[in-house]
This record gives sequence, structure tokens and C-alpha cells, in this order.
Amino acid sequence: MSFTLTRDDERLIVDVDGQLVVSNRQEFKQLVLDEVEQGARLVIVDFSKSAYIDSSGLGALVSLGKRIREAGGELRLAALNEDLRTLFELTRLDALFPLYATRDDALAGR
Amino acid sequence: MTAPRHDWTIASDVNQIAPIVEAVAEMCAAAGFSSRLCRLNVPVALTEAMANAILRGNSNDPRRAVHVCAMVESEMLVLEVTDEGPGFDLDGVRCTPEDPGCMEREDGRGVFLMRKLMDQVENCCAQGTYGHTVRLRLRRA
Repeated sequence: MSFTLTRDDERLIVDVDGQLVVSNRQEFKQLVLDEVEQGARLVIVDFSKSAYIDSSGLGALVSLGKRIREAGGELRLAALNEDLRTLFELTRLDALFPLYATRDDALAGR
Repeated sequence: MTAPRHDWTIASDVNQIAPIVEAVAEMCAAAGFSSRLCRLNVPVALTEAMANAILRGNSNDPRRAVHVCAMVESEMLVLEVTDEGPGFDLDGVRCTPEDPGCMEREDGRGVFLMRKLMDQVENCCAQGTYGHTVRLRLRRA
């Protein structure tokens, strides 16, 4: 389980490799919040290498989304597999976050 | 024939969840559960149950233990997660995504997800010196 952050001016891309769960959600939140503090405003989380998320991971995304919106930015989620989409649909969080098929779609906002 | 059964006893440490989840998913795959159940339902629901036991039941106290028992019966996976806490009324936890304010909350989705991903979630009597057990059941098909 690891996170790779790629920063380009106000854009931040976070690659999640493995699960986003109770054991690493604080690390994930802090890494992203540090970048938001330093000016990142469009944050894209790429889940193409992620298998599943638990409720702690979903909660971390909810919390981050709120903080990023308060800073005038936006959190977009990309490349969720069918299982991950199921979790967002079950919890209705697909209504809270824009879900994009690919990272490029998320960057373009289409 | 005796149903395959595995038991683990761990200290309260969320870093110890993943290896057990992986082992139970492999156990289910070997027993013929669908790949979707092994990829999604079992890992997420067991992670939720163990996280609840560690963080809430045992208050994240590493001196307190969590016991996990996984049994694959003829058509059913049975998981029991036991902590050393006082327990809580599982039936009293009925929040859903439709509840006012739920969408913006960081926590409170764990029991809801367990119920959605398992066929049955219930409290049951703990064995021995432990305090509180949650039992999860999932049908193979």
C-alpha cells in the first residue's frame, strides 16, 4: 500500500497503489492536506491500482473533499473499478464526488 | 467432514488487519466463493469488523486482544470477531446514507457496509475471557 503524489502548479495527482483503509487513511489525508496547504486546488485521486476501500477510506475522502472545497478547490476521483464504484453507490457517495473513467477525463473534467 | 476453520489472536493494531483479511479471502477462493465476493464483500466487511473491534471495542489499546475465527461451512462463510470491550447494541446502529447529515460525515458507514456486503450481521455470546463478538455470515452463492 503506497501513495504517489505528482504536483504540477495547482494540480495534484495522487496514485493509490493498494487499499485505502483504516491503517493508512491518516497518512493519505495528511499527504494531501499538506499539498493543499501549499496551493494545490485540483486534486485527482487515481484508483487504477487500488482494489478496495473501507469506510475509513471513504470517510477520509469525504473529509478531504470538504477541506479542498473550503480552500476553493475540487477533489475528483478517477479510474475506479467496478468494486469501488459499488462501494460509492451503496453509500451514495457517487452523488458527492465526480467519478471519472480515466485520469485524463478527470484532468479535463469531462 | 470438518469445516475448514482458522483462528487468529492479535494485539489491537490496525496494521494487523490486512494479513488476516488476505488469508480469509484466499480461504474463500479455495472454497469456491465467487471472485467478486473474495475481492469485495469479504475483505471490506472483515476489515470493518476488525477495525470496530480494535478502535471501538478495545479503544485501540495494544494490551487488549482481538480474536478472529473464520469457518467455511457447506454453503456459508462464518466470521466471528471478538474484542475485550463491553459491546454495543448492533441493532441500534441503523444509520443509512439517506439520514440527514450522513453524507458529509467522516465516520459511521462501517456497520452499514457490513450489512450491505454480508447476508447476516449479529452480536453473539463471546467465548472464554473475551468481551464482545460480532458474527458475519455470507452465503457462497
